[in-house]
Amino acid sequence: MALTLLGPAAAGRAEPPQGASSCTGCHALNPALVTAIPRLPGHSAAELAGQMQAFRNGQRPSTVMGRIAKGFSDREIEAIAEWYAAQK
Amino acid sequence: MAKSGVSRRQFLAASGALAVAGVTAPALAQAAPRVVVIGGGFGGATAARAIKAAAPGTAVSLVERERTFTACPFSNLVIAGLRALPAQQFGYDKVSAAGIDVVFAAAIGVDREARRVELEGGASLPYDRLIVAPGIDIRWDGLAGYSEAAATKLPHAWKAGEQTLLLRRQLEALEDGGLVVMSVPANPFRCPPGPYERASLIAHYLKTHKPKSKILILDAKDTFSKQRLFQEAWKEFYPDHLEWVALSQGGRVTAVDAETKTFITEFGEHKAAVGNVIPPQRAGRAAELAGAVDQTLWCPIDPVTFESKKSPNVHVVGDATIAGGMPKSAFSANAQAKVCAAAVVALLAGRSPSPPKLINTCFSLAGPGYGISVAGVYEPVNGVLTDVPGAGGVSPAAAPRSERAQEALYAEAWFNTITGEIFG
Repeated sequence: MALTLLGPAAAGRAEPPQGASSCTGCHALNPALVTAIPRLPGHSAAELAGQMQAFRNGQRPSTVMGRIAKGFSDREIEAIAEWYAAQK
Repeated sequence: MAKSGVSRRQFLAASGALAVAGVTAPALAQAAPRVVVIGGGFGGATAARAIKAAAPGTAVSLVERERTFTACPFSNLVIAGLRALPAQQFGYDKVSAAGIDVVFAAAIGVDREARRVELEGGASLPYDRLIVAPGIDIRWDGLAGYSEAAATKLPHAWKAGEQTLLLRRQLEALEDGGLVVMSVPANPFRCPPGPYERASLIAHYLKTHKPKSKILILDAKDTFSKQRLFQEAWKEFYPDHLEWVALSQGGRVTAVDAETKTFITEFGEHKAAVGNVIPPQRAGRAAELAGAVDQTLWCPIDPVTFESKKSPNVHVVGDATIAGGMPKSAFSANAQAKVCAAAVVALLAGRSPSPPKLINTCFSLAGPGYGISVAGVYEPVNGVLTDVPGAGGVSPAAAPRSERAQEALYAEAWFNTITGEIFG
C-alpha cells in the first residue's frame, strides 16, 4: 500500500522517459508560462517526434535544437514525444 | 457469565485489532518517506518540487538561509546597467504552496548515522534521503591577498546580490579612461562562459558610457568556453575596449592587493580603477557537512542517482558536483535535480532508478541582443556523465546577426521558463 502510494501512478502521470525531464529547462510545463520557446504539451506525439527528427537531420533549421536532437535515437525521440503529448 | 465471556472475547478481539492498528498506524506514518533538501537554488528548489510532484506522499523539507533567491544567470546584465537586480530575485511562496516545508535556517551539521540535518537554533530534520545543492563557496585561501574584506574593494560578484550591485556601483563611479581588470581562475568554476559574457557586457558599457576606458581580462587559462564566438564578437564590437591576456601570455594572477586594486601576475602588475576578482571556488559548505566532498574540494557522484560516492543516502546536484562532461550551469543543476528526484523517488519506493540522459544548454550574451550558446547531451558511460558523440557543441561561427538576435531572445525565454518552473 505504502509502495503504491509512492509510485508514479499516484502522481497522475508516468515517469518521464530518458532525457525528457531536461526539456523543461527551456520548454515550460506550467501553462501559465508564456515565452518565446514553445510548450511541448498540446501537440501530438507524431508532430513532436517529426519536429525532433527534422531538427536532427537539419531539415528544420534551428539555433540549438539541432545540436540537442543529434543526441537522441528514433526510439528515444518517440518515447519523449509520447510523454509530452500525454501531458496537459 | 456467558454474555460476559462473549464480551470479553469481543473486547480481546477489539483490543487485538486496536493493538494491531496501534502498531500499524504509526508504522505507516513513519513509512511516509522524508526527504530533506539543503539549498534553494536552481538545483535544490527543482529537486524539492520534482519529488513532491512525482510522489506527493513524501515529506519534503527545503532548508535555505535566504528568504529571497538571487539568480546568477543574467546578473552580468545588472553589472552592465542593462537590467535591474529585482528581475533576478525570487521568493519561495509558490514552493511552500506546492506542499514543501521551506525552512529558512542555516544547516550547521549532518548526523549521517541518525540521518538528521541539524539547524542553527537547535532544531533538526530527520531524513531518509538528503539532497545537497549548496552551489559554490569562494576559496578565500585560494588567491593571495584575497579575502572577504578584500571583496568589499575588489568584488567577485560570483554569487549574485550585494556583490553584483557593488561592482555595478564601482563601474558607474569609474572615471572615463580608468582601467577595469578582471581575473579568471583555472577550471573548474561556476559558469565557464560567465567571465567572458561579463567582460563583453562591461566592454559594452565602457564603449557606450566611458569610451576611453577598457577592460583587461587576466586569465589562468589558454582556452575557454565559446572562445571563438566571444573573440569574433570582441573583434567586431570591442576592439578598443577589451583585451584578453591568456595564461601563456602571463595572464595568471598570483596575488591581489585590495587597497591599491593591484593584480599581480608572474610577468608584472596591473593597477585597476575597478577590479573584479573571479576567485577559485569549491563545493558549498553544506556538501562538506554532509561528508560528500573529496580531495578536489568537489563532490563525486553516481551519474544515475546523483548519490554521493562518499556519503550514503546523500545526493548532490548542481555546481558542487563532479559531473563529468556537464558544466557548472543553472541548466545543468536543474536537469540533474530532476534526474536525482526521479531516482530518489524510485529508491524510496524500492524500485531501481533508470539510467538517465541529460541535456545542458547555456546561453551567453556577447552584447545586448547578441546571444550565443553551447549545448550538450550526456549519459553515464563507465560511471561518468559523458557527452553523447555527435551531439552538442556551440553556435556556428560567422552566423548572421539575426541568429544571434534569436539566441538572445531564447536566452531570456530560457531564464523566464526555468525560474517560472522553479519559483512560480
